[in-house]
Amino acid sequence: MSEAQIKSLEEEFEARIARDEKIEPKDWMPEKYRKTHIRQMSQHAHSEIVGMLPEGNWISRAPSLRRKVALLAKVQDEGGHGLYLYSATETLGITRDELFEQLHTGKAKYSSIFNYPALTWADIGAIGWLVDGAAIINQVALCGTSFGPYARAMVRICKEESFHQRQGYEITLKLAQGTPEQKAMAQDALNRFWWPSLMMFGPADADSPNTEQSMKWKLKRKTNDELRQQFIDQTVPQAELIGLTIPDPDLKWNEEKGGYDSGEIDWDEFWQVVKGHGPCNKERMKARVSAWENGEWVRDAALAHAEKQQDKKLNRAG
Amino acid sequence: MNTNLYNYLLGIADNSLILGQRLGELCGHGPSLETDIALTNISLDLFGQVRSYYQYAAKVAGDNRDEDTIAMMRPEREYVSVLLVEQPNTDFGYVIARQFLFDVYHYMFLTELQNSKDETLAAIAKKSIKEVSYHVRFSSDWIKRLGDGTEESHKRIQNAINDLWTYTDELFHQTEADKEMINEGVGVDTSKLKEQYYKHISEVLNEATLVVPDLKYFQKGGKQGMHTEHMGYILAELQYMQRAYPNMSW
Repeated sequence: MSEAQIKSLEEEFEARIARDEKIEPKDWMPEKYRKTHIRQMSQHAHSEIVGMLPEGNWISRAPSLRRKVALLAKVQDEGGHGLYLYSATETLGITRDELFEQLHTGKAKYSSIFNYPALTWADIGAIGWLVDGAAIINQVALCGTSFGPYARAMVRICKEESFHQRQGYEITLKLAQGTPEQKAMAQDALNRFWWPSLMMFGPADADSPNTEQSMKWKLKRKTNDELRQQFIDQTVPQAELIGLTIPDPDLKWNEEKGGYDSGEIDWDEFWQVVKGHGPCNKERMKARVSAWENGEWVRDAALAHAEKQQDKKLNRAG
Repeated sequence: MNTNLYNYLLGIADNSLILGQRLGELCGHGPSLETDIALTNISLDLFGQVRSYYQYAAKVAGDNRDEDTIAMMRPEREYVSVLLVEQPNTDFGYVIARQFLFDVYHYMFLTELQNSKDETLAAIAKKSIKEVSYHVRFSSDWIKRLGDGTEESHKRIQNAINDLWTYTDELFHQTEADKEMINEGVGVDTSKLKEQYYKHISEVLNEATLVVPDLKYFQKGGKQGMHTEHMGYILAELQYMQRAYPNMSW
């Protein structure tokens, strides 16, 4: 293809995005668009399945049968989200095995929040309320993204995530209304998860090199700082309503901007965890890698069996 | 309180409770995303059924017991689940073998329980059998895949079947409560299911190119609350919150 031809394809492509048309897997797309989407969508898929670990950890210890059933359903939803997102990513010409390989070798990232431990039952509430709450803010924006399979997956995922967020808030509410011990447990979880939740929106705009291109492709509709602000403004009143305190002494309503001013995020901690040195990075990867390695004989058996069945069918037909 | 009915309900529900708990341990650690989701889903189904049985049992007891105190506040000797369901998740072969050996029984049991004279039990059975028909399909398919897959998978699933076989006979043992409930037309006469159970299991194992174990010695005791050494650890996790923070609402 000549340079002029590529340029014309690129112009047509940009024009389609500007008209809010969806890009489908078989459509022509610039290589950078494909790569950026593989990176972001797989990162999202990996976050879903790594995210199963801290919560999955509490299934056996959930305090009541009702909570146990709800938690199982939630973690199962996350596995389902991982499944659609991997499938949507595969439409860009990469296999799930390759994506796992990238995760297991540390080439691909996942949301850093899952590198924090779930220590008490209240953490299950905080993860639903804050972590899923922050995730929804990121994800609602993605329902209108330009790549069709991703946008459609997000519509479905957002519905389930919003249910998870309500469930997490309800767990926290119940604790906040409970005994002093339960309330302390809820406050402690909020103290530990608040700042890492704010970090989920990524680096400050000034330090986010991919933002401009992603905004152009509608892979992002708002900047990291705008989304973070939206999360703070939405969450502070929810905490107040149930009598919990946001662990930020600098938090203050700013009448003029119509939002909260908040304290500085510890960016050293942010980068430490992103670079693989958070409290649970190693455990999470170890769990994923060992599930994959221990499962190899099972996957091999399933393939071998399917081939045998296929041969039998062919022999019968022959 | 109708003690026989109460004990009969626990006899059914405890199996699903302990198996559900075992499957819940696997969440996030399955050999593939699909199997992970499927096993979590089976666990979820079993806990859903457990809730129906315990809620009914709480009503039968008619005191301050509720589904959670029944599930989480009994001493180990009062859990009457069969030994099969508490066996550990040694590998995916053991998980599938345990599931298959239980599912086939569970499906046959629920098929009959739908005819119970007790309307609540019959209704729970009708709802549950839809879920269990999926479980039995899932575990039977995996028995075939692993049995007639690779040399390694064949060996692993055969080992698991051989090891767990010793726990199958107990599925058909009857407690005093079982006998009373059978006499009243409420319970299922499991002695009538035994032959069909082993016949069906053998057919699937044969299709999976596996050998039906020729074992004459079986383990028992779960139905009398005498468990294996695994049970204490299962209960330690299951009961952790209720024991550490008693009398609180979650």
